[in-house]
Amino acid sequence: MHGLINRSIQCFVQDTYGAQVWADVAVSSNIGLPGFEAMLSYDDSLTYAVLDAIAVRLSKPRDDVMEDLGTYLVSHGNVVAVRRLLRFGGVNFVEFLHSLDDLQDRAKLAVPELDIPRLELKDNGKGNFTLFSHWVHTGFGHVALGLLRGMADDYGALVFLEYEGAEPGFEKISISVFESDFSEGRAFDLTQIAGEVA
Amino acid sequence: MTEFQLGQVLDQLIPMHLCLNVSGDITHAGPTLMKLRPKGELIGKPFLDVFRLRRPAGVKHVSELFNLVGQKLYLRFRSEPATSFKGQIVKTCDERALLNLSFGISVLDCVREYGLTIADFAPTDLTVEMLYLVEAKTAVMNELRKLNNRLQSAKTVAEEQALSDTLTGLKNRRAMDHILARKIEANRRFGLMHLDLDFFKDVNDTYGHAAGDHVLQEVANVLVAETRLDDTVARVGGDEFVVLFPDMTDAAKLKILAQRIIEKLERPITFNGALCRISASIGATTSENYESLNAEKILADADFALYASKSKGRAQVTFFSETLMGEDRSAEQMKQKGLRPHH
Repeated sequence: MHGLINRSIQCFVQDTYGAQVWADVAVSSNIGLPGFEAMLSYDDSLTYAVLDAIAVRLSKPRDDVMEDLGTYLVSHGNVVAVRRLLRFGGVNFVEFLHSLDDLQDRAKLAVPELDIPRLELKDNGKGNFTLFSHWVHTGFGHVALGLLRGMADDYGALVFLEYEGAEPGFEKISISVFESDFSEGRAFDLTQIAGEVA
Repeated sequence: MTEFQLGQVLDQLIPMHLCLNVSGDITHAGPTLMKLRPKGELIGKPFLDVFRLRRPAGVKHVSELFNLVGQKLYLRFRSEPATSFKGQIVKTCDERALLNLSFGISVLDCVREYGLTIADFAPTDLTVEMLYLVEAKTAVMNELRKLNNRLQSAKTVAEEQALSDTLTGLKNRRAMDHILARKIEANRRFGLMHLDLDFFKDVNDTYGHAAGDHVLQEVANVLVAETRLDDTVARVGGDEFVVLFPDMTDAAKLKILAQRIIEKLERPITFNGALCRISASIGATTSENYESLNAEKILADADFALYASKSKGRAQVTFFSETLMGEDRSAEQMKQKGLRPHH
């Protein structure tokens, strides 16, 4: 899997649980202390080895770890880039949901080697949606779930999200939007203030 | 469709448009343009008072402006901030005109300056996608730059490690070969010494390898202290050293220097209470000895001169010369008897 994904997992652990927990994970998963480089690619098995090691170290199910990772990606101050890039998708949460169909292409536009799940939104009417996450690697639907939680907060939308399970090749998430702009949410400037580091 | 309805349609489709009446006054402006200037500075004002046409240049009158149909226009606000635009003008059937503007390549600054949002651009406008791409690429470039910096420092460290002797911190043989080759390439003049420790084996045998290592470190200190910053000091074997002196070919000076080095090396070195005594034999040559320079030959000659020093009874300095080469038959015989442990 791409280094950006692996590096995100590493930063999530370091920023949320501290350097010592990351050191434990790196040792028990045999990847070595410096960890991942964001711009290199790694064997898929390494990613799962690390995710499993985190789950063991934190005594949490791996699915929960992945959901937390998704939320971290769009809410932590050290990784503002992901949140910002997602916010380009639309002016409110529902517009953002519709933009997820393009997410895979958008990611490839930025980093051609970056492979991420193909997301597909089904509009069931009355603010109800189903999000399908298609990928050969399972479990990443939980990351998508966490990410949606974070983005709903970001837009100030009032939503109910539920992981509906995995089938061969895809995972399902149900989304109910009660109010697209319930609270103010966080501001989004189209351009970054000069000098701000993504 | 009434004019009002038409205005609403245009506001949605092209939010940066302007409507001009026959005399060239602005009668309506799209919502995004209205964000750039207060209403009073736009509506009712003559277009050419608000905007300056940069290209095509020299347009002074409305009639000239209305003749620019089909051309790409470059314009600016006359007042500050003097934002620049690209534009297009079309005439409507009632002799009035419709202009559509867009930020050119300065779009990033404009968006920042006026605090524009996604809603300020038409859904078909690719500006937002462009901003997304700029930001994504910038983030990727930052990551790549960080990676490059890390790789660069790792490379520097690796190179330093590959070119230095870990025990003494001096250059190693590889580094010496490299530096000598560069001096020869540049056709520089230089002196070169090959130094071999005397009685070092005794120190090792008597006091152990730790003492030997300590002695080697002390030797390195002496060599560095007695040479100039630009000189290259390398440990090229167990107790063998080569020193390269750029721009120094005066045999008399080199000899004095060599003798001083031997003198310093003969001072006893203390290790765990034991006094270790060594000396050194030196063979030297200079670039003056050669018509054309050849690294292998130069090193071999210095080695030959060193061997002559050893055979003269150690703690000696010998300069290489062709006569030395001819004379030294006795040395050759000693060599065959294996009297020099390291050669």
